[in-house]
Amino acid sequence: MTRLLMVGAIVLTTAAVAWAGMEDDDEPRSGRVPRPVITEPIKGERCVEDEAYMRRNHMKLLDHHRDETVLRGIRTKKYSLKECINCHASEKTGSVATAKEDFCVSCHSYAAVRIDCFDCHSTKPQGPIAKYPPSAEPTHYKHEIDGGAQ
Amino acid sequence: MNEPKPMSDNAPVSPERRRFIGAATATAAGLTLVPGVMLIEVAHGRPDDQAASSAVRWGMLVDANQCATGCDDCVTACSTENGWTPVAESTHPTQAPQWIRKLELQDPLTQMETNLPMMCQHCAEPPCVDVCPTGASFKRADGIVLVNRHTCIGCRYCMMACPYKARSLVHESLNDTQKADVPRGIGCVESCTFCVQKVDRGDGTTACVEACTAAGHNALVFGDMNDPESEISKRLRELPTKQVRADLNLNLGVRYHGI
Ligand code: SF4
Ligand code: SF4
Repeated sequence: MTRLLMVGAIVLTTAAVAWAGMEDDDEPRSGRVPRPVITEPIKGERCVEDEAYMRRNHMKLLDHHRDETVLRGIRTKKYSLKECINCHASEKTGSVATAKEDFCVSCHSYAAVRIDCFDCHSTKPQGPIAKYPPSAEPTHYKHEIDGGAQ
Repeated sequence: MNEPKPMSDNAPVSPERRRFIGAATATAAGLTLVPGVMLIEVAHGRPDDQAASSAVRWGMLVDANQCATGCDDCVTACSTENGWTPVAESTHPTQAPQWIRKLELQDPLTQMETNLPMMCQHCAEPPCVDVCPTGASFKRADGIVLVNRHTCIGCRYCMMACPYKARSLVHESLNDTQKADVPRGIGCVESCTFCVQKVDRGDGTTACVEACTAAGHNALVFGDMNDPESEISKRLRELPTKQVRADLNLNLGVRYHGI
């Protein structure tokens, strides 16, 4: 019984410490709720689709595109994970999923959705990050113009 | 690749490209081989949005007579291109992935030595695909046999079924060391992909072939075995070649000369 009580005390203390830690770090928040940090992409001004649409549906687009690419060899850039990474890799870490604030990790830890994309996929663009300067022409724009979508 | 340079252009060109230019010019010169032209375009400049086509069958010719003793440039090139750790540098060499291996064989009676690289033979009737319980092991329309890592469960049936020991399981986490073009990871089986990322880019060749040619050995030729005008088809017509374990009747995409 004493042992059980002790475990309980430890759990409580740990929780309190964790809570205090959350209060301390300077993540942006509205009220007391920590919000994900959404960093600006390193190139391009807007995404391939509406931001709101992408937030809800990026996984569907990626899932569809991965099958097209792996099974049929279709390598269009618009919904390709590689292109997401080319735009959204952080300037600091050069990655979308290394540090806590990196683009993919930031939201996914907020939403408590564990992804295993990066067990296999590189989190970094190919070559040095400088290869993708902020004003570089995004490949998917060309794709859209060519396709006459806009 | 869609706009071939005129033949008078003396810039150094690869044999692949020279062949393409030659074929294109011959067509322009009056042979109305419209389907032939299509075939060449499919093979070498497939647009991003076009699926791999069964009009093409990628294959490789290995000339074991040219393959040099002590050379493993093809293996190094593969590991660099595809991002797998060379076995010698691996912390667990006995379970390290190997997409291509260099074999040096000796006939015990005559002492004759044979050198050759061994990798996935891209079987037209692949046993690895037959046994896969999830459909992750599959053959693409253009004959390239791949593992869909999104559905592979790492059961390793395909490794058992492959007569060529061509497949490896990734045992350890790769910790973001993968190439952007070559996703691969723990718990999945993998093997030679005929550098599918390069093929889809329109390079028309593989890293091992480039390395072998660069080293001056010219033991490897890659190309479309369905295109009668391709270098590989021409060489296959001229040279006697063998399929390893031809008795299994798997119709291999890799053919050996000099074994
Ligand atoms: S060589 Fe092995 S891995 Fe390659 S296609 Fe044939 S059975 Fe499959
Ligand atoms: S290891 Fe993967 S690819 Fe091989 S048979 Fe099992 S599920 Fe299929």
